[in-house]
Amino acid sequence: MTVTKQIKDKFKDKVEILEKSKKRIYISVVKEDAKDVARYLFSDLGARFSTASGIDTRLGVEILYHMAFDKNGIVVSIRTLVPKPELEMHTFTDIIPATEWIEREIHEMFGVDFIGHPFLERLLLPDDWEEGVYPFRKKTFESEKENLER
Amino acid sequence: MAKEKLIPIGPFHPLLEEPEYFKFRVEGEKVTGADVRIGYNHRGIEKLAESKTYEQDVFLVERICGICSTSHPFAFVQAAEDVSGIEVPERAKYIRTIIGELERIHSHMLWVGLAGHFIGYNTVFMWAWKYREPVLDIFEAISGNRNHYGMFKVGGVRRDIKESDIPGLLKAIDEVEKFCSMLTKAVMDDPVIQARTKGIGILKKQDAIDLCVVGPVARASGIAIDIRKDHPYAAYDKVSFEKIVMKDGDVFSKAAVRLLETIESVKIIRQCLKNMPQGPIDAGIREIGAGEGIGQHEAPRGEVIHYIRSNGSNYPERHKIRAPSFMNVPSFKRTVIGQSISDAALITAAVDPCYCCTERMAVVDNDTNKVLLTGEDLVRLCQEKTEKLKGKIT
Repeated sequence: MTVTKQIKDKFKDKVEILEKSKKRIYISVVKEDAKDVARYLFSDLGARFSTASGIDTRLGVEILYHMAFDKNGIVVSIRTLVPKPELEMHTFTDIIPATEWIEREIHEMFGVDFIGHPFLERLLLPDDWEEGVYPFRKKTFESEKENLER
Repeated sequence: MAKEKLIPIGPFHPLLEEPEYFKFRVEGEKVTGADVRIGYNHRGIEKLAESKTYEQDVFLVERICGICSTSHPFAFVQAAEDVSGIEVPERAKYIRTIIGELERIHSHMLWVGLAGHFIGYNTVFMWAWKYREPVLDIFEAISGNRNHYGMFKVGGVRRDIKESDIPGLLKAIDEVEKFCSMLTKAVMDDPVIQARTKGIGILKKQDAIDLCVVGPVARASGIAIDIRKDHPYAAYDKVSFEKIVMKDGDVFSKAAVRLLETIESVKIIRQCLKNMPQGPIDAGIREIGAGEGIGQHEAPRGEVIHYIRSNGSNYPERHKIRAPSFMNVPSFKRTVIGQSISDAALITAAVDPCYCCTERMAVVDNDTNKVLLTGEDLVRLCQEKTEKLKGKIT
């Protein structure tokens, strides 16, 4: 049974699956269900957590968790949106210990708070970096306006 | 009970490619805690890549790492090609494979040399680095550069390998193989090296799965993952080679995986040079469409993964880079605790984290902040232990 079918059978309407090519699958899921999908892929299907990537969009920070299936040669990316302005997400560190560093990185670069993370401190930015400045946020009209008024 | 001491290592080590800062807590000789802080060399390349064109980004990512300088362009061009399913000409795929494997040989040799220095075997250090030179000469013959080859571009490669050069290259490869086999045998059969590295800094298989380590670190712990076999790309599905897997997870296994891999790399290069088809080396890509793509490459240290989001312009909207050390470095916490401080330098080095630390290593008394041991002292401790073992064995 293919990975796509297994995921579809397990999560039914909760997931929206896009097979971009034979090797690349993208699954869109709401943030409340993302952890269940990740747990299923990692613990039950034996995927390897490769990395996660954030991207700042108009509605929130979109996070993609890239999971590699080394036996089938495919990469499954779990796509979820962390809506603005709260930017809160459940940590994955309790189910996938390897996510510890990347969650710290997304926290400092995008300002996403990972609830339950054991050590959400800075990883890459210097200690004297200004609080509340997130380098990977895109410039918005509002932030530019604030800059001009300052 | 012995008083607990804190040993800060780093952030700047001349032996590491990147500054990292390790803190070891020790009781007597035993390491009881470990922590690591990175980010001293964070150059904002991901952000910078968003303001450069795809053409420029290839050169930018090549400069992420000085040792495995092809790993990042390899993954980057594949990510860009994945966005809109660009097909690369066959000949270009073979040339890419040759460059990737040559790099693996010289990177692994560099590591073996440094590991030899750490355990006080400077002969290994001299040999490995001497035999690494011919590999760099081959690079110079192919690309014109000993490092930062500038060979990659989206849709193909920049330079062809001339047919008339191939016999000479094959001869040079034979020489490299001779050196690799000799060095591998010399290192793996040495009773002192075995005594010094076996059973030290073990990363258990389950820990390796939990931490999702990649490359030789994973393969030394019994996890048979290799992007070249599992997610075939370039010409890796057209050549035959072995996946080297060990089961012990100690320093010796990590060294053995790397050494044996160099010989497999030689095999791959030879097959590529012999079977390379004629034809164009570049697909002539003018633009990259909108969408997203993922590129993977098995770098000497493990899987490199790049993710690109494109909005159809000639700048990526988002470019995420994940180097293998990002996954491998956190495994320290599981390997170094409970070990003796004279092995700490070797265990941290065994991951091949982009090495540079020793010179600034210092043992500091927790209460007085007085420096007790410097980096040189830690390497000396490591070397002295080898001397003692040598005395017992011979």
